[in-house]
Amino acid sequence: MAITVLSSRRAALNKLDTKGSPYLYITPFFLLFGVFGLFPLLYTGYVSFNDWNLLDGGAHQWVGLANYREMLHDPYFWNALGNTLSIWVLSTVPQLLAALWIAHLLNHRLRARTSLRMGVLLPNITSIVAVTIVFTQLFGRDFGMVNWLLGLAGIGPIDWQADTWSSHLAISIIVAWRWTGYNALIYLASMQAIPHDMYEAAELDGASSGQQFWRITVPQLRPTIIFTTVISTIGGLQIMAEPLLFAGTSTPTGGSDRQFQTAALFLYEQGFREFRFGYASAIAWTLCLIIAVFAIANFLLTRRIADEE
Amino acid sequence: MRLSRLARLAAAATAATLVLTACGSGGDSGSAGGKVTLNVSLFGNFGYQELYQQYQQAHPNITIKEQTADYNAHHRDLATHLATNAGAADIEAVDTGFIAQMREVGNQFTDLGQDRASQYLPWKWQASLTKDGKQIGYGTDVGGLAICYRRDLFQQAGLPADRDQVSAAWAGGWDKYIELGKQFAAKAPKGTAFFDGGGALYNAVIGQAPVGFYNQDNTIVVDTNPEVRKAWDQVVAAIQAGLSAKLIESSPEWNNGFAKGQFATIACPAWMMAKIKDQAKAFAGKWDVAAVPGGGGNWGGSYLTIPKQGKHVAEAKELAAWLTAPEQQARVFTSAGLLPSIPALYDKPEIAALKDPFFNDAPVGKIFTTAAKQLEPQYQGPRAGDIQTTVRDGLSRVEQGKQNSEESWQQTVSDVKRLAR
Repeated sequence: MAITVLSSRRAALNKLDTKGSPYLYITPFFLLFGVFGLFPLLYTGYVSFNDWNLLDGGAHQWVGLANYREMLHDPYFWNALGNTLSIWVLSTVPQLLAALWIAHLLNHRLRARTSLRMGVLLPNITSIVAVTIVFTQLFGRDFGMVNWLLGLAGIGPIDWQADTWSSHLAISIIVAWRWTGYNALIYLASMQAIPHDMYEAAELDGASSGQQFWRITVPQLRPTIIFTTVISTIGGLQIMAEPLLFAGTSTPTGGSDRQFQTAALFLYEQGFREFRFGYASAIAWTLCLIIAVFAIANFLLTRRIADEE
Repeated sequence: MRLSRLARLAAAATAATLVLTACGSGGDSGSAGGKVTLNVSLFGNFGYQELYQQYQQAHPNITIKEQTADYNAHHRDLATHLATNAGAADIEAVDTGFIAQMREVGNQFTDLGQDRASQYLPWKWQASLTKDGKQIGYGTDVGGLAICYRRDLFQQAGLPADRDQVSAAWAGGWDKYIELGKQFAAKAPKGTAFFDGGGALYNAVIGQAPVGFYNQDNTIVVDTNPEVRKAWDQVVAAIQAGLSAKLIESSPEWNNGFAKGQFATIACPAWMMAKIKDQAKAFAGKWDVAAVPGGGGNWGGSYLTIPKQGKHVAEAKELAAWLTAPEQQARVFTSAGLLPSIPALYDKPEIAALKDPFFNDAPVGKIFTTAAKQLEPQYQGPRAGDIQTTVRDGLSRVEQGKQNSEESWQQTVSDVKRLAR
């Protein structure tokens, strides 16, 4: 009697262990996500429906959708959004193409292959502040190296901060420099998973190296390309530190005419210079939705392109 | 016996935990074994390094840590720290352009009392006084105004380099200054403009007006005060004459501009002398100081405040009071050039007769104490610092050729209105 009770209790414990403990193992993630992800997200949503002054001891008042209405009529919001998209396209497209090409090169037999492979990751582990400060000096108007080189070719000098196109180009180069190596390594990892006999068969059939790249490598990389595109979209639409530091004076307006103020930087300006917490939260939520839409659209688009290959 | 030992052990463990958490929550400013670390957060060089040494020797239990940040970032961070009630240093410097904003949230600061009211310039004392009469900051320095200039560059351009002659040449006002600038530009060494940038020059010009961006009742008068527009037009005229090096004050490029000799003159409140000495070491003795066009005026000057959230308010207050005491203000003037805000010092011989070899033995004591005595204070409202930045950006747009004066002015006015919401 006592033995059966004991064994049935043990069975119940066993059952609990197999059924229950997986949940226990994943709880830390969900707890952390709840505290640092979900709660701030929802709280920001609540704040965005208030007129909330950060300086005034957090005094606030429910205003419904007024912040969102104001945002839709705010030319500086649309300006920031346009800048964000422009910088995102200028940095992401060349970045992913270059990463694909670098990964292709690194996939060959090279001398010092491992150090080259690790080397491409170096820009990514360098501090974003250091990178931006160095690049801002390279793009200096009076004594920058870029202008000096252009000067040798008889071009310039260009005031990189002054114009929309030049500032977007410079910031895109900073972003691309940091992230190209990271994406190249991801591509390289999945390139190495492609069975080698596919290439051997193609070679026997007389396919050129270019044909092999486009007909075998790219289609085989499909899931990876989708992944990197979505990740770069999420990152690219949130760019903030680069334009903030590129201005050289840490004013969050992104240049004299807001010519390189991104949406995230506009959010920062409204939240932490104007202390309009509610308005900044409305921008944050809108930005989140826009990023979600872009990420999904990109997912569908890249999947279709890869399918056609 | 056993139990009481256990109890003692438990008590000791609890105490240790309490001490540890006390240290942990305070970040760097902990107090372990009676030692106190005071964090002092500044923007730019206040000339305090030697004074810290002396204070630490006299107070062995105190360690002082200074951190400096860029002007705009410093004040933005301070406001955020006050709003979130965390992260502020024990002593926080505040500039004239932001003191009114801090005054509005005066209950976040330690009330320093009225003891020292009689020492200070009355307007300096009043600017950091809240509506209900609490004092939130001890004044450090006032700006005053002069023009610092490079003698050697003036000579190369065939202009008189003697400070009295230079002062006389533009004594008639900013129009004369621009006129001299044109003469300079005609024969200037290559790559050298007449002044550093429109934004900085504007601060000096508007600093002479009796009313600036604000009325006494805290209303913004940027669009209605003719002085604001007049100063704009004068600076635009100087830009259009090609006299600006188009640099933004305190940016890395501006710092670099000193070393490269990109400009021959710079609007020079007393604290600017400390910046020039930091950035233009190679040109010691080649700089000089002349009177400001038109005379009078002020730009800048700071306060030391003690946020209430600090862990060591009493110690911080003592240090701030000591750093701003007459004796120390006098020393900072002789070492770094920051002009005291305590008028009793202006007639002391060691101040009034001070000459500075870096500035070709210019009588900086006489120049700046005279400026301070003549100074008619201008009222500063809550967003004065941000309005200053907005105007600077407007002038940058003209310098960069993105807009003409009128377009840029209209946008500046509407941007300032956005700030005022």
